[in-house]
Amino acid sequence: MTGDWMREKVLPVLTVVAAIFALWYGAAIWMNSSWTLAQAERAGKTLTFTEIVKDTMSQSRPKLPAPHQIAAEIWKSTVQKKITSKRSLIFHGWITLRATLAGFALGTAIGILMAIAIVYSRTMELSLMPWAVISQTIPIVALAPMIVVVLPKIGIEGRLIPKAIISAYLCYFPVLVGMVKGLRAPHREQLDLMKTYNASGLQSFLKLRLPSSVPYLFTSLKIGIAAALVGAIVGELPTGAVRGLGARILIGDQFGNPMQIWAALTCAAILAGLLIMIVGLLQRITLKRMGMAE
Amino acid sequence: MALMEKPLQNEQGQGADCPKETVIRARDLDLVFQTNDGPVHALKDVTLDIDRGDFVSFIGPSGCGKTTFLRVIAALEEPTGGEIMVNDLTPDEARRLRAYGYVFQAAGLYPWRTIAGNVKLPLEIIGFTREEQEERVKKVLELVDLEGFERKYPWQLSGGMQQRASIARALAFDAEILLMDEPFGALDEIVRDHLNEQLLKLWERTNKTICFVTHSIPEAVYLSTHIVVMSPRPGRIHEVIQNPLPRERPLEIRDTPEFLEVAHRVREGLKAGHGYDG
Repeated sequence: MTGDWMREKVLPVLTVVAAIFALWYGAAIWMNSSWTLAQAERAGKTLTFTEIVKDTMSQSRPKLPAPHQIAAEIWKSTVQKKITSKRSLIFHGWITLRATLAGFALGTAIGILMAIAIVYSRTMELSLMPWAVISQTIPIVALAPMIVVVLPKIGIEGRLIPKAIISAYLCYFPVLVGMVKGLRAPHREQLDLMKTYNASGLQSFLKLRLPSSVPYLFTSLKIGIAAALVGAIVGELPTGAVRGLGARILIGDQFGNPMQIWAALTCAAILAGLLIMIVGLLQRITLKRMGMAE
Repeated sequence: MALMEKPLQNEQGQGADCPKETVIRARDLDLVFQTNDGPVHALKDVTLDIDRGDFVSFIGPSGCGKTTFLRVIAALEEPTGGEIMVNDLTPDEARRLRAYGYVFQAAGLYPWRTIAGNVKLPLEIIGFTREEQEERVKKVLELVDLEGFERKYPWQLSGGMQQRASIARALAFDAEILLMDEPFGALDEIVRDHLNEQLLKLWERTNKTICFVTHSIPEAVYLSTHIVVMSPRPGRIHEVIQNPLPRERPLEIRDTPEFLEVAHRVREGLKAGHGYDG
């Protein structure tokens, strides 16, 4: 059992991770060596290969930081900093997470409500669906600054709400599409059956359409939460935000601090992984409790 | 039951002079579907009486309108002409009074509900009290021999058991008419035989009026009091055969000359109605 689990789940993942690390280190040596060699030339020294490799791994502003450097940076800016510190990635991560969750909740609610409207009304389908599709073709990076600038003008203070709206804007769509499909999952016989019971519209919805849509909903939520995180980070990029993972990336870039960019990026990736894992876990628990999974 | 198709055929089963209560009365029923390929005449001049307690099988090739007729009875389809009454009401009024239990070819159990939960579904919708729900679930699951499976989920049961559960679901709210649309069509013959036997016992005990759509001649002959032979394009009733077999029918009856004789008549009817063309 454990052997199988190791072979089937852990080993493939580890293989890919190892390959990525190998490529990464190779790339780091290759990309950072030009600086090393230039420095050596200026000092009139010749370096052995080992020395070159050693130097490419320990520059303070490398073109591409090596994984262990990023790990060290993350360690420094999480464990070794107070969470309230402006330099703590946990602090910034929380700012981003808050906006992500708010946007996710908002986007999910909007997606579900729109899906219900679309499934129950032909007019809504004809009028809403094209706009929903068009909304996703507008690049969010173009829209985000406008939202950030406009909202304070109509009296909404703070950065949380604009970021949550940007985040919701990205995350409602997969939920909408999944829920439309899910609410339409019952086939004709199942709906006819409800009719022979003389069930009301609400009863058909609650007892048939809604439960049928649950597996579809969770699949969409997994995509939705990742999109919500992207939205929150994009919302932190424009117009001088100083807090959040997105702001860290931007500031790192402006101040030429690659380590900070990469640490924030890695944290965002880890956060995304965790969020998807949590939704996946909720999915498994829910479907199991509903009897739809073994 | 009486068939009054034009031209009038020799009366089949009109000789019985004991007063019978007609549950379903169809007169010159017409149904034309408008499709992209033009109108399809699904039912034409269907005239039929079904009495209380009858077990009526509808047999015929695909496109003969047998399922459509069942759906018209259940008010799932609106006829475009003619008249149909169920208990002297329109099908839709009867539907609102929950006069039918419908069993589809696919068991259609909800995967997120246990067997008991599935049987309970119509009871919840109709609004029975919790105690009565429990009581009825227990009763009908016994009726279809599924006691002990209350807490299982559909995927844990075989196809035949799932279909029995769906019959239990149709029985749960005591509808007096049971409409069954090829309920055993997807099952293998051994399971089908067993379920046929059980269905007969169930009919015996509950004395429901059953309308049963099937593709199988032996199934129709084994189960029914009346066999309605239908023919396609347009879907219409070719012949109604009154089944002379006794109500008590062990499975072995299917090897008797009487049984084979009825089966032969059905086959002849299908042939005459061009039933084998489709």
